[in-house]
Amino acid sequence: MPRSLLENPRFNCKNSRFYYLIWGGREIFENIIYLDNAACTRLDEQVLEAMKPYFFDTFAVATSEFGYSMGIDAKEALEKARENLASKLGANSEEVIFTSGSTESSNTALKGVALALKEKKGKHIIVSKIEDFPVLNTAKVLERQGFGVTFLDVDAEGFADLEELKNAITKETILVSIQQGNQEIGTVQDLKAISEICEEKDVLLHTDATHSFTRLPLSVKELPVDLITMSAHTIHGPRGIGALYIRKDTPITKFMDGGFQEFNLRAGVEDISSAVGFAKAVELVTEEENRRLKAMRDRIIDKALTEIPEVTLNGSRDKRLPQNANLTFHYVEGESVTLHMDMRGFAVSTGSACFSRSLEASHVIRGIGGDHERAHGSVRFTLGRYNRMEDADAAIEAMSEIVARLREISPLARK
Amino acid sequence: MKFPYSQKVLEHFKNPHNVGQIENPDGKGLEGSPACGDMVAVYIKVNPDTKVIEDIKFESYGCASNIATGSIITDLARGKTLDEAKKITWKQASEELGGLPPIKAHCSVLAVEGLRAAIKDYEEKHGLVTEKEPTTEEVIRRRLKHVMNPLTGLDIIRTNLILKTSVEDGVVRVVVDLPANHQFAPAIKEDIIEKLGSLWDVEKVDVVFTA
Repeated sequence: MPRSLLENPRFNCKNSRFYYLIWGGREIFENIIYLDNAACTRLDEQVLEAMKPYFFDTFAVATSEFGYSMGIDAKEALEKARENLASKLGANSEEVIFTSGSTESSNTALKGVALALKEKKGKHIIVSKIEDFPVLNTAKVLERQGFGVTFLDVDAEGFADLEELKNAITKETILVSIQQGNQEIGTVQDLKAISEICEEKDVLLHTDATHSFTRLPLSVKELPVDLITMSAHTIHGPRGIGALYIRKDTPITKFMDGGFQEFNLRAGVEDISSAVGFAKAVELVTEEENRRLKAMRDRIIDKALTEIPEVTLNGSRDKRLPQNANLTFHYVEGESVTLHMDMRGFAVSTGSACFSRSLEASHVIRGIGGDHERAHGSVRFTLGRYNRMEDADAAIEAMSEIVARLREISPLARK
Repeated sequence: MKFPYSQKVLEHFKNPHNVGQIENPDGKGLEGSPACGDMVAVYIKVNPDTKVIEDIKFESYGCASNIATGSIITDLARGKTLDEAKKITWKQASEELGGLPPIKAHCSVLAVEGLRAAIKDYEEKHGLVTEKEPTTEEVIRRRLKHVMNPLTGLDIIRTNLILKTSVEDGVVRVVVDLPANHQFAPAIKEDIIEKLGSLWDVEKVDVVFTA
């Protein structure tokens, strides 16, 4: 998508894949190839259709069974959505609460358990170094409030050090929080081994499944995980809604006060339409789709590694999220790459400091032992429902040209 | 839709001027910012009699504003004498480009520093510089004028971010008026250490935050 088109006031955005423009009576279609699905996804029309009745028809607040008809209907829709979500995890309905997204879910898990157990058990928690900000920054806040926090090392592919985990757990430890799949480099942790360690040592385990929920198997019947963070915005559902699985009898105290909604764990008027949309989004993810994403991911990785010189894969080759490819293109800077990609109609993301809001290089790339340079040239491609195999090919072809061009002007590139 | 970059920045980014190396340059400067990782190399050819910059090229390992500033600054310096070129400021480059986002100041100031480093390299090679200057508070403040405050795009001295500086036995202490957990604290700290740590008589740089 050329920027000049975007700046034209007559330009009209129809949907996320196609831009439409009437230019001197001529219709021009421009294909936007969106490869930043880890950040946010396009809403699926079927999700919107499922949500609509709860904006205009059954718009009442969810009431108790002794309320009025519309409120009872709303309550039923909310509970149906909860049930669908819970069954995806193999959980009971009462074990799932809706939140405003993964940030709130992870805050509730960490702060809730900390509040509930600081007097009874201890003030020590363990998180991996490469967690996403909701977990990482909540842990840092707890640290400033007097909790002991162990930031667990990860290896060069991003796997948490299990020996270190075993050794780090003490009698004071109340919670371990290790994600299922990483937001940037896609590394999928060995949750089975982690949950077994936690179970053996009798410590609660929280896992952030924002990027893995429905994309990878996760069953609370099979794994002794106590808390799970989920979000709709990564799976073509609405943004602004997430959920937290809380295993029955897990000690947790609510940290935001108000009404008694969500089993008295999350105060506030329930967002029925979003909850329904979330459940619909979960229903729409299929194994076939996940296989398709994985094939595209592998195409991106293989093509980049074979067709472009001096490229390093970030994260594990096999144990990674099906929708995630992250590569460092050495001697070039990521923000320049994303801008060039944008000018050609691709949306991608980078771990470069120049791109980040805090001007800090990706803590994930640095956590796996990468230097600034590795983060500087890292580019993340994340796939979704609306991507096609041709997109993968086109993206790497564009990258090949852009990288060659930027290397021509880079003082670091070998010429 | 509003983009953070002006049309001119985008033009220079897409098709940067004066890109590449000069073989056997008369002066060469390489500046880098560990805080953001960007790097700029500047090469100059100087007329030995008139001291006019006859050719100038740059290379960039950086973001869009870094590339665009390298492009404009080399345009500005070409045909100027060394003394004139020394006086080109980041502000001038930014104005020529139709403005740069404040948060990008620290990446783009590198191009200006690269040019000055190339000139200094020439002067050193040709015996035009006097002896080494000992580091004083005044030198420190002068150096810190090259550390940008990402909140405003102005340097940290002008925006009163530096409460106190001191230098004793090769140890420099800088007190920054920001809480340690501020969004930009780690980036600013790294930048300060890089700017002062490279001074010839400085052994250690302590950056202290106020809260």
